This record gives sequence, structure tokens and C-alpha cells, in this order.
Amino acid sequence: MTLRADLAKIAAHVPEGARVLDVGCGEGDLMEALQVQKGCDARGMEIDPEAVAKAVSRGLSVVQGDADRDLADYPDGAFDVAILSQTLQTAQRPDWLLDQLLRVGREAFVSFPNFAYWRMRLFLLRNGRMPISRHLPGSWYETANIHHLTIADFHEFLALRGVRVSGSWFFAAGNEIGRGNGPFGANWRAEHAVFRLRR
Amino acid sequence: MANTSEIDFRSLVLDAPLALDSGRELAGVQLAYETYGELAPDKGNAVLIFHALTGDQFVAGTNPVTGKPGWWERMVGPGKPIDTDRFHVICANVIGSCLGSTGPSSTGPEGGPYAMQFPVITIRDMVRAQMAMLDTLGIERLHAVVGGSMGGMQALSCAANFPERTDRVLAIATTARHTAQNIAFHEMGRQAIMADPNWQGGDYYGGEAPAKGLAVARMAAHITYLSEEGLTAKFGRRLQDREAKSFGFDADFQVESYLRYQGLSFTDRFDANSYLYITRAMDYFDLAEEHGGLLADAFRGAKDTRFCLVSFDTDWLYTTADMREVVHALNAVAAPVSFVELSAPYGHDSFLLDVPALDRVVEGFIG
Repeated sequence: MTLRADLAKIAAHVPEGARVLDVGCGEGDLMEALQVQKGCDARGMEIDPEAVAKAVSRGLSVVQGDADRDLADYPDGAFDVAILSQTLQTAQRPDWLLDQLLRVGREAFVSFPNFAYWRMRLFLLRNGRMPISRHLPGSWYETANIHHLTIADFHEFLALRGVRVSGSWFFAAGNEIGRGNGPFGANWRAEHAVFRLRR
Repeated sequence: MANTSEIDFRSLVLDAPLALDSGRELAGVQLAYETYGELAPDKGNAVLIFHALTGDQFVAGTNPVTGKPGWWERMVGPGKPIDTDRFHVICANVIGSCLGSTGPSSTGPEGGPYAMQFPVITIRDMVRAQMAMLDTLGIERLHAVVGGSMGGMQALSCAANFPERTDRVLAIATTARHTAQNIAFHEMGRQAIMADPNWQGGDYYGGEAPAKGLAVARMAAHITYLSEEGLTAKFGRRLQDREAKSFGFDADFQVESYLRYQGLSFTDRFDANSYLYITRAMDYFDLAEEHGGLLADAFRGAKDTRFCLVSFDTDWLYTTADMREVVHALNAVAAPVSFVELSAPYGHDSFLLDVPALDRVVEGFIG
């Protein structure tokens, strides 16, 4: 099974044997990879009951729940690693969610689509309409992505909240790209980003 | 319909008296049970299924009492989600019941039926008896325990009190404690039985059974097993074999006729005193209370047990919110838990009915 590029990057950096919570785990592709490749004790949370049923039928431990509410049920430091992939922008309160992630996990991996990706900027500039892309499908009125952010926004947000970045990786068209510098760095060129965070 | 007294139930007698939560002891406890599939030489493939309030040990195959398929025929059998080609499935009739296990209709120490001299039992007592049964059968550790409704209570109780006995716990449409509303419905049923003149303080054996009271109890309980949506789909306001309302008290509506049938047919196969005792056991069930008030403490010993919990969106008897409390407690002790709320139109009874998503979850979890 081939993991999505951002998931593969996360899987590569999760320590061997870690206790992991994958928030928004879907059908559990990343969890399975972490168990098989890294000997992790992986748990998942997923809002869609069909996806939960499929994950459970693969033998994974997944709790149906809403990250916006149910993360509060986990004790402090219950996990070595908490993962939030492509979900931050769908949260009611991304700030609360990130606090919870760094409360239940000693470190966190967070990935999200970068709204400042040059194609998005160009789309908005040319058409004057909300951009629609592979990572952000759906029209403005029906999209689950209600809190768009850019890599620059995220850096500022982390600095304000005193969250340390211990790694970051950037992707475009399914491939990893370099960080780059200046106005045409990652915030211009990356379609989505993965951050490794600690308090 | 066979008379239960004419059926030779497969059963065993526990060696030691059973110490009960009430402080009393029950000696010479008989447990009727059925098994399906071969026990592996290492005895590692045993799955214990706990039945619900009015259930029995006849999970699959043909029930010799009713002549109908076993109550979980769709789930248990060769090639089914709980595959008897791979697993040795055991199901015992709970103590207090009336399908071959010791209960109020059994012969007591004085020679006659226990009737109301039978001790009040708890869910934990039912589980204790079944663990003693496993000792007799030489099965130390189970691959899984599985149960829906009251069976789910036993599964949770087993995890809390005998965590060393099972690797997996699958609890469906159940709760860790009976609410005031749950108790209220049961009390109504018990009062209906006791108000039947035939009940005679429980000493009706050999005479007329309190069938009318038991039928009413069953009717009331049956409503709690269904959803409004399900009842509406099945019956709506349709009339039973008539063009117009009778302006009388016959069963004008199909739903009335259905409930009367459910009530009456139940009295053929179930003992009214057993109904009193088992509903009492369910009402007394509060897993947190029996472990010092904190539900998480009940599961401290089970943090290496794998749990799978399932609720149904239309079940208003044991709700998703009830189940989430169990999930929360299991998270608190870091037990590996899966939980899913499945969508099904049938209310509480969904765990017994055609819900393909449930089959997939059960099959995947049991492995």
C-alpha cells in the first residue's frame, strides 16, 4: 500500500514503538503502516462511522468521535505522538484543537493545505473566486474546510502560542520540495505542509 | 412449541457453591449451555457469548424450545462473522433464567421450586457462574467475550471483574449502568406481573402462571426495544383486518395486535419469576458503583484487553451517550478501544437484526 506523501513523511519520522493517536484517521492507512513498519501502538479517532467500521474490520482500534469535542476525553500525555493530518482547516476551533493535540500527545504532527500556494493565489487573482483544488475541493458553501490558513499564518500562530517546530516538510504535486527562501519560498510553492511540533 | 420441562438441556453442575453479591450462596448451581464449532487443542479459540434478558443458550441452529432459528443465527455459524469453522462458541443460559439453568423455577433445598426464595442475583453473579463453568470445561482464557444488551453488560462486567479471562471484549447496544428510566420501565413490568392474581406471591408453579401480567410486562419492554421510526414504518396507524375503527377495545390497530402477539407468545417460553429476577439484576447494574464510583477504576485491570463497543443511532434504551461513558473510561486507562455508532432503523433490537455494517465490525474485531 502506498501512503499519501504527507502520511509517508509522518510515518518515516514517528519513533519506533511509539504510542500514537491519529486524529481523523479515516480508514486507518497511516495507523496500519505505523503498526506494521514501526511497531507502534496506534489508536485512531474518526468522525465518519463507515470509515470507523472499515478501520475496526482491519483490526485497528478506532473510536468514532468528533475531534472538535472528543479529544477532551483523553488524559494528559496519553500518547507519545498525536497526529492531525489534513484536518486542522476543518476544525471549529483550530487553536483549541492544537492545544488538545499537544496536551494528549508529547509531540504532534500536523499537516494542512497551504492556501498561499501560488496556484491558489493566481486562481483568486484571475477569477476573483474562492479557489478549488485537489486538496481543497468543494465550493465555499459546502466545503468542510472552514479555516483556511497559509504556512506563514501557521508559523506566526505557533510563535504566538510558544509551540516549538522540530521539523517541517513541504509538498507540491505529490512530491517533496525544498523550504526555499524569501517571497518565493515554501509559502509560495508548497501545496501542503507537514509540521512536527512540541510544547 | 415444546414444553421446556420435556427438553433435555445440555448442562453441567458447578462444583462449589456460588458466592453471590447479596451475601448469600447458591449451592448445586446448574448451567445449561450449548457449544458450536470445535475447541482447538490449545483451547485458544473459545468465544463466550452472553445472551440478553429473555435470551437463551441457543445462539445458532434450531432452538428446540421454539422450533425457530437461534437468536443470533445471522451472526454465528460456519462462514458467519463469528465463524464456527474457526471458533469454539459457548453460550450459557444465565442463572435466574428458566431454560435449564438454576433459577426461581428450579427445585430449591426444601424440595419445591425456589419461587421467591431464590436469592436476588446480579449481572456479576451471572458472570461468576459462567467463569466457574469455564473452569469446569477447562478453558482458562477466551479469545473473546461477546454480548448485546444485557449480554453486553455481562461482557463489560467480565472485563472489569475477570480481565485475565479474555483477550477481547465486544459489547453491543449496552450500558455500564441502568438509568432511572431503564429501572422505571422494568418496575412497570414487574408490577404488571405481581398485579396478576395468578402470581400468588410467586408460588404459582403447578397452577396457572401469571401469563397476563407477564404479557403486559413483555409488551411494555418490547416498545423500548424498537424505535418510533421503526414502528411507524412497520405499522403506522394501519388497522388490523378491518376497514374502520370499531369504537371498542379490540386490537383495532396493527401495532396493538402485534404487541398482544409478542406478549402472549413470550409467556409460552418464559417464566414470570425469572423475568422479575433478571430485570432486578439489570437494574442493580452499575459498574462504576461496584468499583468505588469511578468507571475508569472498573477497567484498571483490563488495559491490555482489546475492546470494541457498538451503539445504534436509533437505540433510545441504551444510547450512544451511555456508550461514550464507557469509551471515556477505557481511554482513561489507555485500553485499546474501538467504538462506532452504527446507523440502523430498528432501535435497540438492531443488534439482532439485519445490519450489514455490524457484521463487518464483528467479523473484523473477532478476527
